[in-house]
Amino acid sequence: MTAPYDVAVIGAGVMGCSTALHLARAGMKVVLLDRGEICREASGVNAGTLTMQMTRAALIPYALRAHAMWMRMGEWCDGGHVQAVDCPGLSVAFTEHEVAMLEERAHFRRQAGAPIEIVSTARAREIEPGLSDKALLAGHCPIDGFTSAYLTGRAFRPALLNAGVDLRERCAVRGVQPGFSIDTEEGEIRATRLVLAGGVWLQDMAAWLGITLPIKVLINQLVVTERLPPVMRTVLGVASGLLSLKQYANGTVLIGGGWQGIGDRQRGGLAVKPDSFLGNVRLAAHTIPALRDARVVRSWLGLEAETADALPAIGPIPGVADAWIIGSVHSGYTSGPYMGKLLAQAICGQAPELPLFPIDRLLAKDQAA
Amino acid sequence: MAAATEAAQRGASVVVFDESPAPGGQVYRAPPAGYAMPADPDRLEGDALRAALAASGAVVKTGHRVWGVGGGPLVPLGEDAAPFRIDALAPDGSNSVTEARALVLATGTHERIIPFPGWTLPGVLGLAAATILLKANGVLPGRRVVVAGAGPLLYAVAAKVAKAGATVAAVVDLAATSEWLAALPALMARPDLLTRGAAWRASLTLKGVPILPAHRIVAAEGDKVLRRVRVAPLGGGEERVIDCDALTIGHGLVPATEATRAFRAAHRYEATAGGWVPVLDEDRRTSIARLYACGDGSGVRGAAAAPASGRLAALAALRDLGLIDSTTHATARSAPAANFARAARAGGAMARMMALRPALVAAIPPDTIICRCEGVTRAQIEAAVTDGATAMNQVKQFTRCGMGPCQGRMCGEAAAELVAAKVGGREKAGFATGRVPLRPVAMDALLGDFDYADIPVPRPAPI
Ligand SMILES: Cc1cc2nc3c(=O)[nH]c(=O)nc-3n(C[C@H](O)[C@H](O)[C@H](O)COP(=O)(O)OP(=O)(O)OC[C@H]3O[C@@H](n4cnc5c(N)ncnc54)[C@H](O)[C@@H]3O)c2cc1C
Ligand SMILES: Cc1cc2nc3c(=O)[nH]c(=O)nc-3n(C[C@H](O)[C@H](O)[C@H](O)COP(=O)(O)OP(=O)(O)OC[C@H]3O[C@@H](n4cnc5c(N)ncnc54)[C@H](O)[C@@H]3O)c2cc1C
Repeated sequence: MTAPYDVAVIGAGVMGCSTALHLARAGMKVVLLDRGEICREASGVNAGTLTMQMTRAALIPYALRAHAMWMRMGEWCDGGHVQAVDCPGLSVAFTEHEVAMLEERAHFRRQAGAPIEIVSTARAREIEPGLSDKALLAGHCPIDGFTSAYLTGRAFRPALLNAGVDLRERCAVRGVQPGFSIDTEEGEIRATRLVLAGGVWLQDMAAWLGITLPIKVLINQLVVTERLPPVMRTVLGVASGLLSLKQYANGTVLIGGGWQGIGDRQRGGLAVKPDSFLGNVRLAAHTIPALRDARVVRSWLGLEAETADALPAIGPIPGVADAWIIGSVHSGYTSGPYMGKLLAQAICGQAPELPLFPIDRLLAKDQAA
Repeated sequence: MAAATEAAQRGASVVVFDESPAPGGQVYRAPPAGYAMPADPDRLEGDALRAALAASGAVVKTGHRVWGVGGGPLVPLGEDAAPFRIDALAPDGSNSVTEARALVLATGTHERIIPFPGWTLPGVLGLAAATILLKANGVLPGRRVVVAGAGPLLYAVAAKVAKAGATVAAVVDLAATSEWLAALPALMARPDLLTRGAAWRASLTLKGVPILPAHRIVAAEGDKVLRRVRVAPLGGGEERVIDCDALTIGHGLVPATEATRAFRAAHRYEATAGGWVPVLDEDRRTSIARLYACGDGSGVRGAAAAPASGRLAALAALRDLGLIDSTTHATARSAPAANFARAARAGGAMARMMALRPALVAAIPPDTIICRCEGVTRAQIEAAVTDGATAMNQVKQFTRCGMGPCQGRMCGEAAAELVAAKVGGREKAGFATGRVPLRPVAMDALLGDFDYADIPVPRPAPI
């Protein structure tokens, strides 16, 4: 049996990686466990949009700070990076109903600190010449951008190892006893503190500690085209948030927006739903008409976690000393690195720069401490 | 063709999809309309299969490229299996959707080419691609052709190239003469093939074509287009240079498992069947209910075994659908089962010769491109493994290898073998998840005409 670690982080997605890195840099002896490979679930397969116009208003202050972290990732992550691109973002409305939605949502997000201005279609088409002339109005945010999310694991891994994190991939955790004794495929691991960072599997992980934390599973689908000549240069969305579009430097265009496919916690992202597939690509081609000439090369799916109120679960686990949780963050890739940094501050006994999102509100009365 | 014919003749309602303009597959490929080609044994055999199919009552949808598969087990947790769904692009560019209670996959193979310096030069093409040119269009790959690689296709292509009037500069065979001799007993089961193979070799010898057994192509050279190849004995030794304007090269065939992977059927790695193959019972049932696989797409066993396995699959499907009873099934399956066993013996010997040869992969220089869609080199793949990517899905994430239009069909074998050499085997390296589209699909065909109001935009998340 190994000597106890100061902290065991379970789940090596963006939340677990950032938390582990910041804890190790603060001097803790950290073990980071994942049942698969680093960032192969949501954090490695997501659309990589770093947008202020899709995230929830309450998360804007976090997302703005995280946006800056992604853009300078090499500096704080030992040169690791995800090819982050800083570019403006547009959220467009095609109907009167969407115009009202756009204006209302921009208002709330502006109040939360996102520099969003409402612009005419003419102005929007100066910013994004590829945009359809059918748009009625657009929200424009100069702070937006995107990453190549498939590089996330590769970006974090060397920095984690350099910081002394004991990274154990392909090492599934089966249960946890208070104290903490962690039952893994490779035997028992002991740690003084525990961080659950299990994405959609947080519900199962909380149950190890006797906590009932319902986590809804979203099965998000993505579609990518072959390489195209330049057809767009911004991050594009629609007022409802159900589209995200960007073109990478290599010419491929990624089509997302949270359309739902078939899958679950047990089987993962299984298959696209034909209707969602069609709806998603139609919405994309309606927004950027040049996409009609593209060819689709691949689709895939990933699992995103959501709490009952669709706000994050980040903070101490009530009733279990030294146990913490992090996840279920809307647009959680965007704010991930910053959320991990905040939680690490709290675990180290400092006051976090911005408030956490304690989960007491999500638990049945008799569970909350 | 065989599976559809068998099922339709026994009263099932059957539809066949194939992307080619006429049924036939690779071996029995029909010439395009307007081409008059001499009838060879393959053509006659193919015509017989085509005639039976046409008379069977099966609906034949040629020119239909299947890009989407779904349904079956791909349903929300707890729901019963759905009918299978097949999305195909019709010749007029529109999308056609078909539902079926059972699905038989007979998707064949694609060619394995293990990269070497210069393999992306114009003038270098696959052995199988050369057979398509020769068979379907009567087109020669070049005037002075080097034919290289492994398996019986080598001598077939060389003989056809020579017969059509071009010079075969050399046949560069990976197999040693002893390997061919060792395969002879199994080939006795197919005297027709043996005779044809012997005739091909004799015609080459007669023309004075140099045949180099146990040799490999070290590099293809030329600025902008192919001018020459460098050739060396496998065990090491002196290189020689051969001038040429075309190199046809193939290192065997790999079963096309995109669809079985998309359905998440169980697969196993069997080098002598061409690589990853779906796990099947003796009646060609996959691990997924009512999903069957036959022909080389379910494990390379050759053209004679393919129709027998197709009939077995069709009979199993009919039995599982309750369209024939168990006695009829037992009687009907005995002939194709025996035929399959016999043909698979000869086919298996050829497949063994065409199996991946790890030494070729080991010889790839570090800066040679493995994934030509994305420009990923051997050194980059190995660096990704060193950086912690130990399985194909993660290697793909770390390097983009296999993310291009071919989705790893070209590079997958060499890349997986490089990874396998470091992590302890192909099983550990695994394979990339199968997803739709099975082939790149034009947005225009998918989109059709639509109004914005028709798009079923889901409810937005709370602000
Ligand atoms: C398709 C898709 C597109 C998205 N697009 C965007 C976007 O454009 N912008 C944005 O900001 N956000 C986006 N998101 C959301 C974002 O990806 C997630 O919020 C974020 O990645 C979640 O990170 P995580 O670390 O909490 O979870 P994950 O990355 O899912 O990590 C959880 C980890 O826990 C591990 N684990 C589970 N069970 C065990 C166990 N028993 N033992 C050990 N380890 C275990 C898993 O293997 C996994 O690696 C998208 C999500 C999806 C699915
Ligand atoms: C290019 C090539 C040339 C060959 N030449 C010879 C030869 O000359 N002699 C020889 O003995 N062996 C040859 N072989 C070996 C041959 O593969 C097998 O021995 C034999 O053809 C196996 O039959 P099959 O039905 O499994 O596959 P195939 O004959 O390959 O048939 C598969 C069929 O499925 C169709 N298909 C696949 N995917 C889709 C899709 N998504 N949508 C619609 N249709 C699809 C293809 O168009 C094809 O018609 C060749 C193989 C290849 C790949």
